[in-house]
Amino acid sequence: MREITAALITETVKKLCIDANCHLTEDVKQCIRDCRAVENGTVAKEILDRIIENCEIADENDLPVCQDTGVACVFVKVGQDVHITGNLYDAIHEGVRQGYREGYLRKSVVRDPLDRVNTGDNTPAMIYCDIVPGDTLEITVAPKGFGSENMSKIAMLSPSDGIDGVKRFILDAVEAAGPNPCPPIVVGVGIGGTFDKAAYLAKCALLRPLDQRNENPFYSALEQELLEKINALGIGPQGFGGRTTALAVNIETFPTHIAGLPVAVNINCHVTRHKTEVL
Amino acid sequence: MAIRITSPLTRESARALKAGDSCLLSGVIYTARDAAHKRLCALIESGQPLPLDIKDTVIYFVGPTPAKPGQVIGSAGPTTSYRMDAYSPALIAEGLTGMIGKGKRAPEVVSAMKKHGAVYFGAIGGCGALLSKCIKKADVVAYDDLGAEAIHRLEVEDFPVIVVIDADGNNLYESGREEYLASRDADQAR
Repeated sequence: MREITAALITETVKKLCIDANCHLTEDVKQCIRDCRAVENGTVAKEILDRIIENCEIADENDLPVCQDTGVACVFVKVGQDVHITGNLYDAIHEGVRQGYREGYLRKSVVRDPLDRVNTGDNTPAMIYCDIVPGDTLEITVAPKGFGSENMSKIAMLSPSDGIDGVKRFILDAVEAAGPNPCPPIVVGVGIGGTFDKAAYLAKCALLRPLDQRNENPFYSALEQELLEKINALGIGPQGFGGRTTALAVNIETFPTHIAGLPVAVNINCHVTRHKTEVL
Repeated sequence: MAIRITSPLTRESARALKAGDSCLLSGVIYTARDAAHKRLCALIESGQPLPLDIKDTVIYFVGPTPAKPGQVIGSAGPTTSYRMDAYSPALIAEGLTGMIGKGKRAPEVVSAMKKHGAVYFGAIGGCGALLSKCIKKADVVAYDDLGAEAIHRLEVEDFPVIVVIDADGNNLYESGREEYLASRDADQAR
């Protein structure tokens, strides 16, 4: 039984909060550059240049890429042979508290959805725990901005709606979002499971690197087809017209009930942030 | 070519701007987002004075990150504007001439803009680090208790914005997309 201390978890979460907010992963930056190379809208090109410049400024100065430093979504894969000394959840919240304070990140969490008083330290984090084989502990911090989160949608389709219904729902969600979620966007899709599972799958889809397609050739082809259809809509960077409406479509699936076809679309902006460390 | 404009922005200057115009804005603007808008409109409704002179003012929908030591302000890009739709018409009626944000606006906001002469600018969403460089001074002038949502007075220099909806109701989200699609289809037909 391997021991991992709560203090080490706090320290790791703190570091990941700051790193994720100030430095986009290379796959996202490369994808934006690739889209710039094939963009043909005039205003669109200029906006993509500014977006690339913004990432460089953030990288060089350790500044948050976006002022919405999000709610901290923390995904933990706990090896079943790991013993945590201390409270795992408290350790994560403390890491978020320290990271958002020491990293000069915005505190964007309110204690109650209706009374709306800011908690002042960006806690609580949204924590998703998985028990996995092994003796390591993997922590991913994915700060999620709400301009794009607010444009996300879920539907309980009927099995008879089939693949065409799924495609239509995803395209309609992107069309309805239009300029609001700061396109170019990343489209996370969850298909199957239950109402809640589909939403969780869509969120997990946003963690997959943009240059990695679904391992199943059928869904890999569907990701590619949807990306082309979305980029034919003409919404473009910031909604001012252009080719680059989405950087990628990532789909995750799960078995579901004979009566159901849940589909969730979790939209992220080009500031698609996540950093992982394995302890 | 970008048009240089200054704030405070008069009704006449606001009316002269057209959807699609790229502008570099200099002068004094104020920040406000959801919570501050709610308080401002409560004051208007009860006939009390506002904590800022709203006449010819430009409001930037933003909640910046805290400034690091030596910084004027942290990252400061626009937030999504539709959440301010319930409040903007009342502020426009009081003298507001410009709003900076991102995303669609409600028809009620556009009607108020046309009636009184106001313009809606877009700043590039997700470019908070870049845009913070154009902010030369920042002071909290009201609602300090709201933290990032407090009203800040900002002095900006060559702050890049684009006119999304002008005082005639023309909308770049519609025209920009139509133009792109038309030119793409023309290219493909060639």
